Amino acid sequence: MTDHAIFPPRAGLVARGVDWVIRHPRMFTFLMILPIVLWLGIVYIGALIALLMQSFFSIDEFSGVVKHEFTLSTYAELLRPSNFDIIARTVVMAGSVTLASAVLAFPIAYFAARYARGKWKALFYIGVMLPLWSSYLVKVYAWKLVLAKEGILNWVFAKLHLTWALDGILSLPVIGGNSLSVSYLGTFIVFVYIWLPYMIIPVQASLERVPGPLLEAASDLGATPRQSFRMVLFPLALPGIVAGSIFTFSLTLGDYIIPQIIGSGRLFIGQAVYTQQGTAGNIPLAAAFTVVPIVLMGFYLWGARKMGAFDAL
Amino acid sequence: MKKLLNLCASGIALGAALSLPAQAEMLKELGKPEGALSIVAWPGYIERGETDPAYDWVTKFEQTTGCKVEVKTAGTSDEMVSLMNQGGFDLVTASGDASLRLIAGGKVQPVNIDLIPDWKRVDDRLKDAPWHTVDGTHYGVPFMWGPNVLMYNTEVFKTAPDSWDVVFNEQTLPDGKTNKGRVQAYDGPIYIADAAMYLKAHKPELGIENPYELNEDQYAAALELLKGQRQLVSRYWHDAMVQIDDFKNEGVVASSAWPFQVNLLKADGAPVGSVVPKEGASGWADTLMLHSDAKHPTCAYLWMEHSLNSNLQSDLSVWFGAVPSVPEACTDKSGMQTAEGCDANGLKDFDKIWFWRTPTSKCEAGGCVPYHRWVSDYIAVMGG
Repeated sequence: MTDHAIFPPRAGLVARGVDWVIRHPRMFTFLMILPIVLWLGIVYIGALIALLMQSFFSIDEFSGVVKHEFTLSTYAELLRPSNFDIIARTVVMAGSVTLASAVLAFPIAYFAARYARGKWKALFYIGVMLPLWSSYLVKVYAWKLVLAKEGILNWVFAKLHLTWALDGILSLPVIGGNSLSVSYLGTFIVFVYIWLPYMIIPVQASLERVPGPLLEAASDLGATPRQSFRMVLFPLALPGIVAGSIFTFSLTLGDYIIPQIIGSGRLFIGQAVYTQQGTAGNIPLAAAFTVVPIVLMGFYLWGARKMGAFDAL
Repeated sequence: MKKLLNLCASGIALGAALSLPAQAEMLKELGKPEGALSIVAWPGYIERGETDPAYDWVTKFEQTTGCKVEVKTAGTSDEMVSLMNQGGFDLVTASGDASLRLIAGGKVQPVNIDLIPDWKRVDDRLKDAPWHTVDGTHYGVPFMWGPNVLMYNTEVFKTAPDSWDVVFNEQTLPDGKTNKGRVQAYDGPIYIADAAMYLKAHKPELGIENPYELNEDQYAAALELLKGQRQLVSRYWHDAMVQIDDFKNEGVVASSAWPFQVNLLKADGAPVGSVVPKEGASGWADTLMLHSDAKHPTCAYLWMEHSLNSNLQSDLSVWFGAVPSVPEACTDKSGMQTAEGCDANGLKDFDKIWFWRTPTSKCEAGGCVPYHRWVSDYIAVMGG
């Protein structure tokens, strides 16, 4: 009986290997996570480090050649008015797009989470997801046509005899312009349209998880609808909103196609990176520009974690 | 990740451009065709009738030489340079900003023009062009060229505007309305050269000789002009299709443009015309260059010959809105191009064109403003 307690090693290389791995569970775990660690370590973190290193080099003013010496002068260059404008412009745009998305997404998500059932629920999901099925570029070009000076929206306004209202909005300083498609307002509208689904989905998920009886209890205890929204519903849905805002904020921060097609030709961070790394060969400055959204998002995610956003993902 | 790869690639490209040119040997005679050929080209440059059956300049070449043509398209000059640095390609259709970098980096080899019988057909003005000829050595075969014309709306301008003035200075156009918000400018920093070209004619006291070689004062004057232009421009154009749409739907009536947009808009029945104004125009010229480690040199030489003596020059110039490097291609009926077509694409304006090249600090006058400063300053101009 006892002589069968330990089996003799099995024959064959594969079988032995398998046995060895089974007898060493730690080794098994190590082998399982090795590819992921390699991927994260080399491809992901490694790439980021290479990027960071580039940003500490500088370009020689005279010859235009990259000097491989440590310097902070490239970061100082970011603070030059024209470059700083780009950063401020992008951050303000990302912030307003996020705010607008949250305001628009909340009622839609609330309806879907609380009232939509069966067929309506399916319709909601299709409605939110449908824009994601078509190409991003096609959507942006379509919007260009909608917003153009001789485009659909202008035509609608003219038919409604509301051209004066549109002209009034477009004559506003900063956000206005010659037409919607060459103004910040147009860029903003398209950003909101493109990123809205990324806000709706997490908000809807977090609203689904708010127990209905809590709201009923609030009203039983005499809270007005406004109070129960402010003190019960909104705080419970906040992690979802913050989770959605991570998407809308970071996606706007990095996008370089929309402002190129719809907007006034003033650069956003993504476009600045694209221009600097190209024929200009100013890779350090391009890298430094890239570090800005990374740092901003670092702070953003840190704040979002504090608000419990990652529980809603 | 892709961004980083690009960064690395550009870094390598830059490094390569700095190293001394390698002494690549010129091919002495052609061998047996190797049966394959790979080309890095601009989109639309190598057509085998798949987009439109009428435009095919590959199939016949493959049949006669047995060289199977493979095409890798590249969207920017930087992409072309980095693809050539990676290697594995035989030919590249390099523009003026890439060609000298490739030569300096030793990535392309001298071309023996004795092996290309039809070299004699090349436009004499292009044979020794400085963007592919270094110290008398040819590094390629001229492929196509074209001007950046002034495109205008014929309903607003009954007669063609004769000066770039209409896009640089605020004024009342012939239809009685201001040009503010109705003109466009190119969004690449190289557009500073267009401003310099305008100043060359209108402010002779600045002493601008070459719009790609500007000293500090000339450069500052060009930037000043562009800052004024910013007030007139609602959107800078970057993408040809976006510009076409802006002319149709955005009320834009004048802008610098490629003949490509003009031809497409005309084909669509839009009221546009184009002109090379009296100040001249900037332009581009592409060269077919041979990789220093090309695996299929014989096929590559055969293709260079083919590019000069087939329907390629003629049909491609129609397809792309460009001008053939072989003037005969306009009239010899080898393809669809006609004398009028060539003129429309800019053939007659050759002498008025300043071909695109990368501004460097090393220029004849000395102390010129290098391209990376053009980039940051043009960003500031566009930021208004």
